[in-house]
Amino acid sequence: MSIGKSLARIGLPRLIVNITVLFVVALWVMPTLGIFVSSFRDKDQLAVSGWWTAFSSSERNEAGRLAGLDKMKQEGPLYVISGNVLDGKGGTVKAFGTKAVAPRAYKPDAEADLGDGIKLTINSDGSYRYTSTAPFTEDNTSRRIYLAVATPPVFTLTNYKNVLTGEGIGQSFVNSLTVAIPATVIPILVAAFAAYALSWMSFKGRTLLLAAVVGLIVVPLQMSLIPLLRLYNDVGTFLGVPSKTYAGIWLAHTAFGLPLAIYLLRNYIVGLPKEIIESARVDGAGDFEIFTKIVLPLSFPALASFAIFQFLWVWNDLLVAMVFLGTEKDKLVLTGALNALLGSRGGNWEILSASAFVSILVPLLVFFSLQRYLVRGLLAGSVKGG
Amino acid sequence: MLSQIVSALIVMVVGVFAAAAYFYLTNRVLDLALPDKGDVVAASRNLRIRAMIRPWLFLGPAILLLTIYLVYPVIATLILSLYGRDAQEFVGVSNYIWAVNDAGFRQSIFNNILWLAIVPAACTFFGLVIAVMTDRLMWGNFAKSLVFMPMAISFVGASVIWKFIYDYRGEGQIQIGILNAIVQYFGGQPEVWLAIPFWNNIFLMIILIWIQTGFAMVILSAALRGIPEETIEAAVIDGASGWQIFWKIMVPQIWGTIATVWTTITILVLKVFDIVLTMTNGQWNTEVLANLMFGWMFQGGGDSGRSAAIAVVLMLAVTPIMIWNIRRANEEMKGR
Repeated sequence: MSIGKSLARIGLPRLIVNITVLFVVALWVMPTLGIFVSSFRDKDQLAVSGWWTAFSSSERNEAGRLAGLDKMKQEGPLYVISGNVLDGKGGTVKAFGTKAVAPRAYKPDAEADLGDGIKLTINSDGSYRYTSTAPFTEDNTSRRIYLAVATPPVFTLTNYKNVLTGEGIGQSFVNSLTVAIPATVIPILVAAFAAYALSWMSFKGRTLLLAAVVGLIVVPLQMSLIPLLRLYNDVGTFLGVPSKTYAGIWLAHTAFGLPLAIYLLRNYIVGLPKEIIESARVDGAGDFEIFTKIVLPLSFPALASFAIFQFLWVWNDLLVAMVFLGTEKDKLVLTGALNALLGSRGGNWEILSASAFVSILVPLLVFFSLQRYLVRGLLAGSVKGG
Repeated sequence: MLSQIVSALIVMVVGVFAAAAYFYLTNRVLDLALPDKGDVVAASRNLRIRAMIRPWLFLGPAILLLTIYLVYPVIATLILSLYGRDAQEFVGVSNYIWAVNDAGFRQSIFNNILWLAIVPAACTFFGLVIAVMTDRLMWGNFAKSLVFMPMAISFVGASVIWKFIYDYRGEGQIQIGILNAIVQYFGGQPEVWLAIPFWNNIFLMIILIWIQTGFAMVILSAALRGIPEETIEAAVIDGASGWQIFWKIMVPQIWGTIATVWTTITILVLKVFDIVLTMTNGQWNTEVLANLMFGWMFQGGGDSGRSAAIAVVLMLAVTPIMIWNIRRANEEMKGR
């Protein structure tokens, strides 16, 4: 089938749409891919070539010297100096030259005539043979040469090993888990009870309370920081304990997550079939039994949605962690550690890329395995502003 | 290290257990204190009182936490903004007067307006376009999933990712940042992108757009699926073009969702902090309110008055959306 025919079958507009979407997806994935590929690259290659060249050999230009007069040997009529220009560094010589203005004048594996009976052969593997018909002198030994060296791509886990142990990312990973697990689970129960009360119990001020919850969803965290920091310091001094503790940040994250949690769960719980709850009431079940035996199990999808939300939020948070947990090295969560590394290791991309990937690994796993619940949560609670 | 995780898990279990115990015990105590026994009058009175108290038992922990962590701080911040740097002496509105005259604050306001003008619009637009384009594709869900992915990445992680893209090496060197590599490939001069005033704001915004477009796309995509097929079929029969169908039939029907997406991203933009802190820390005229506020909280021992005043400005900016959200939620609740 000709291209024209198959094009007509697919339809040109569809083809354009397909290509555009492909382009958009590539654009969206490319940034993350760059960090991902870079984190596995050899540190020296990473510093001198773009990550998009990672799978091809990278070429670097080097300058070196041939050996000195002391290495001179006589072979029949020729005076010979030999050795290896790469010194066992690995790689392949792609071209060489003897003048800075023409660093790629000669090809490897072939004899280059330098004039005056002097010849130089540099092989791809770096070994060379420098010959002369007359004895070498001080002037033409230790000769400066220029090399174009290609190195095959090197992929390594060294970067990960380094950041996990040497840069404290391992400790930060543990800290992030320590913060995120309780801060995700504790608010769920508190919010679920409140959401049930707001949907199936009648009392004065219910509408007002719901309005307040909706309002609190968008209150900027910045409004809370200063008074809470002072409060934490006062409580810490009063009780004689440090003011920046894990307990403190768990409570903070719990409270900051509550408005959205209550709103999300309430929207779900209020939509449960009325008949089930009414008939349970008729059978003499109290609110506590109805909640624990009927509402909680039925609300699992909503609970899961919120749990994913809250986990991603807590894991990715920087502000709350900086304020309530502090910026000492052993207490840094992953985001904080990454922020510190950006300051201290600004140009060391092998460290930054590996650290960044460690920090986004868990959220990505959660994202790809539980995307369904995440989307459902988003659709139910899109009032929240992050 | 392991002991730390174990203790976190223990806390989690204890926390959940304590919460469960609280709810169970308080409910039990209520039932025991006001039993269904005695004569009919007393029993029905007890029933009534129990029904009055129980909701507050259910709501108690939530209300307590919300009050301590959100309601009280909002009021306290309002008051602190009228006090000096150590919250000792009352200074009236002089923190606000300082702010209005401060170059950094003005720059932040300007930049925040810029962010507000560009980011929500760009996210909503790209989100809508991608949602429409992927809707009928065989691999549409896969494509959407990949565009949605940056949502899971922290702002700090995204900052590292994009700092790598904007990376700059001196002229003539091999560029390892892809943007400068492309520029150099087409014969241009490599630039220190983050240090070009005004435009560097755009380069920071691109990060947030990259993160949030997926959010807009997911919500709008669901809304598009909710449009009744008949309306589109009718338009097709009437001879409407694809363009007309999109603008005159589809967009008006999802207008409410577009507004929701727009306001949600607007609030996020107002609070944007991590990106600016990690990318430039407000240098080269990229300061925004949230980062300025954070700076005043700690730098030079901290100035709680000025910091609080900046937070109040943020709060004021959010308030219209807050009121709109509450109104809309109230209307929805009436429907139920």
